[in-house]
Amino acid sequence: MIHWQVIIPLILFLVIIFLIGMWANKHVMQSDSFLQEYFLGGRQMGGFLLAMTMMATYGSASSFIGGPGVAYNTGLGWVLLSMAQLPAGYYVLMVLGKKFAIIARKYKAITLIDFLRERYQSNFVVIVSALSIIIFLFSSMAAQWIGGARLIESLTGLHYTTALFIFAIVVLVYVIVGGFRAVALTDAVQGSVMFLGSVILLIGTIIAGGGVSNIMADLVAENPKLVSPFGADGSLTPLYVSTFWILIGIGVIGLPQIAVRAMSYKNSASMHSAIIIGTIALGTVMFGMHLTGVFARPVLPGVEIGDKVMPLLTLKVLPPFLAGVVLAAPMAAIMSTVNALLILVSSTIVKDIYLNFIKPQANDHEIKKLSFFVTTLIGAAVVIVALKPPDLLVWLNLFSFGGLESVFVWPVVLGLYWKKGNKYGAVSSMLVGLISYILIYEKWKTTFLGMHTVTTSIILSLITYVTISLMTHHRFKNFKHII
Amino acid sequence: MNDKRYKIAHREALIGIALVIINFAIWFGFAYGLGSGDPKKYSYVFGFPAWFFYSCIAGTIFMIILLIIVIKFFFKDVSFDTEEDGDER
Repeated sequence: MIHWQVIIPLILFLVIIFLIGMWANKHVMQSDSFLQEYFLGGRQMGGFLLAMTMMATYGSASSFIGGPGVAYNTGLGWVLLSMAQLPAGYYVLMVLGKKFAIIARKYKAITLIDFLRERYQSNFVVIVSALSIIIFLFSSMAAQWIGGARLIESLTGLHYTTALFIFAIVVLVYVIVGGFRAVALTDAVQGSVMFLGSVILLIGTIIAGGGVSNIMADLVAENPKLVSPFGADGSLTPLYVSTFWILIGIGVIGLPQIAVRAMSYKNSASMHSAIIIGTIALGTVMFGMHLTGVFARPVLPGVEIGDKVMPLLTLKVLPPFLAGVVLAAPMAAIMSTVNALLILVSSTIVKDIYLNFIKPQANDHEIKKLSFFVTTLIGAAVVIVALKPPDLLVWLNLFSFGGLESVFVWPVVLGLYWKKGNKYGAVSSMLVGLISYILIYEKWKTTFLGMHTVTTSIILSLITYVTISLMTHHRFKNFKHII
Repeated sequence: MNDKRYKIAHREALIGIALVIINFAIWFGFAYGLGSGDPKKYSYVFGFPAWFFYSCIAGTIFMIILLIIVIKFFFKDVSFDTEEDGDER
């Protein structure tokens, strides 16, 4: 059952990732500003690193495992939907852009919440933000973790618990010792593996299917709707698909793990090249993986569990060694998402809660000890939760991305560009966004009035932010803005 | 207060929004413009249904070329140092 040729590239991959973490630890130990180094990599990222860490953080288990599985059953319409993610490659960096980079430096912000705290001067904003980040990202981290362990389990035949521990130990060690720099550097390796893996698998699948025209003919013969933008069952209506764009196009700015990267780069040249490299990489991975999922249908008919399409296809169409390289890609995608979330949740607890409310005068040595400790503790907690995931966690993970987007998008974007925005507007729009999203999602799942659920709550939170800010604007006449 | 760099930053943010609208128009327009008919009667380009080719393949390549042009000609280098404006907090 165990294919060594498949497993060797995987082990090699884990070893490289591990070594990078050790190397990054030198920077952490030598840095004269521990917080900035550990949680932001010293604001030193260049273009390639920035592009890769954005892409790899954004691309998760769903891009490599879940997504292709859905595409397998839905057809080309799902590839269309996945290409809505292309703007994520340039939009965040352009819209938050230089203004965010400049202001983050003026505020000396290390976390997204630092920015919000300085901008709105409100502890309540800090608390609501910190709680949303901790609760939602903890649960989505656990979900990714479970995905990673299941993947190792299915590839190697190891028991789930053993697989979980292998996965956890590798990720935890390099994140704990190396901090954000290790996260970004490993993201560069992981992003490259994701890029290569998706290209290799797409080519392999096209060859196995006898060319594009041949595959299309097979799909049409089975169900012509598989090649239409409406999807196999006609559920992808223009209204749904266009509002789905909002989740990606506008909303992705609101994801803290993405936004924090928009203040971590070195200079404007890195941002410029990251936009181009990131968009190419993201476009290739999303297009490649989802199209592969569709093409898998005639090549490997009758797969019943969507999540198994990608691993089974890889083992079928590629020679063992290449299969190992390609199967490292979903692992890379999962790790690069998990590591970003881990360091972010840790920074929220250490910087935004402990240093803000509990002990602002802590010295560098204490902060260092605390940061290692908190990161370890969160990591261990995720592992324990992943051993036997409680229902609450599964439930929370369902709306972690949409929820975070509804909470953060307007307070961040309008806080950056609109002087009249204030703390009352920010807090009320965060709460409205969060609560409306959970309520609508609970009742109508992902489709509300034919639109993607996130649309409604993003619109509601926008209206709230603007109305409340205008109504309370007179109280802030003497507020000294630097935006 | 007014930081001179903000003017550049604001312009670039607006360019970002314009690009996203163009991207959406191409992606959505070709997909449902060409793909709404009977799937059995689709025309094909390089083996792909025409809507898919223009929306997801040619559209993506076009956006990447557009991005390269925009970055090269419209995006300016600015320094991120805080000293520049003399408003060190």
